[in-house]
Amino acid sequence: MRKLALGLLVVTLWSACKLNSNDKKVLPIYGNRKPITKTVDGKSVTDTLYQTISKFKTVNQYGDSISNKSLDGNIYVADFFFTTCPSICPIMHRNMLSVYNAFKSTGDFKIISYTIDPKHDSVPVLKKYADKLGLSGNTWWFLQGKKDSIYKLSESYLVRKPEEDAKQQFIHDGSFLLIDKQKRVRGAYDGTDPKQVDQLIADIKELQNEPDQVIAQ
Amino acid sequence: MKLKIIGFILAIIILFIVSCESEQTIEFKRYYSAGVEVYQSHCQNCHGANGEGLSSLIPPLTDSVYLKNNKAALACAIKSGLKGAIIIKGKTFDDVMPANELTTMELAQVITYVGNSFGNKLGTVPVDQVDTDLSKCN
Repeated sequence: MRKLALGLLVVTLWSACKLNSNDKKVLPIYGNRKPITKTVDGKSVTDTLYQTISKFKTVNQYGDSISNKSLDGNIYVADFFFTTCPSICPIMHRNMLSVYNAFKSTGDFKIISYTIDPKHDSVPVLKKYADKLGLSGNTWWFLQGKKDSIYKLSESYLVRKPEEDAKQQFIHDGSFLLIDKQKRVRGAYDGTDPKQVDQLIADIKELQNEPDQVIAQ
Repeated sequence: MKLKIIGFILAIIILFIVSCESEQTIEFKRYYSAGVEVYQSHCQNCHGANGEGLSSLIPPLTDSVYLKNNKAALACAIKSGLKGAIIIKGKTFDDVMPANELTTMELAQVITYVGNSFGNKLGTVPVDQVDTDLSKCN
């Protein structure tokens, strides 16, 4: 009887492990969420409304207008930077280059870097910066917008709001944010840590394999 | 008996040479290992863990000819920053390197570290040498 119980336990444990290994890793969805009740075909259905990236209007390094709509249907990675940043930006963009090189030839993928110093970082300055990084094409955009609206926008990316200290030095967050096709934050990574950036690359592949859901407007 | 004395003297001479050498090596190692930390906190973000730089934005530190030819100017460049175009490994770099507030000792340490890493072989750059170099800054 004891042996039987033991055998049963082993089988149960084994199948539990087996079950777990079949579970696919799903990336979390960050931000606030609230239930919404809709009426579909006369029945009331409760759904979850997730936090999404707010609308924005910017210009990229080529002088093209880029808005939130320009990213529809794309998985993208975002960060906040400025071209004259002496501290963490070089290391962030050295790491972002690995992301760029891994996905530059895949469609439906973008990298966007918002400048938090739009006064200095004009379109030509951003173009020069992109050229010097060795970039071409439309995979990685450097975006200039109104300073206040970019600072406000950072809130929907769930990062620390950029600020200027007493010496007018810009302080900003070194995070890379992974955004899905529904414009929801699916991951936040320390852009100065190569290991976390490797994880980001793995997570982008994971996200690319996720079945498409309704694209939020 | 004579042979023993000669052998003894010889042994002492050898010991002298060895200890002299190791004193130099110890000095080098002291500068070099302290330089690693200075590099990590002041230089690595831009120039990279392996001195690889960043595309055409930030020059690599692997151009051993440039560092060798500009050895005496390195202390001033690190301390006061650099402006204007320089050619490193055949590429032109014209962005600004910001000034770094480092002590003369820290400069000697970091120059010794960089000067003997990433393919460079400049040997020890001691603190009195850096002092001399700094007195000639523009």
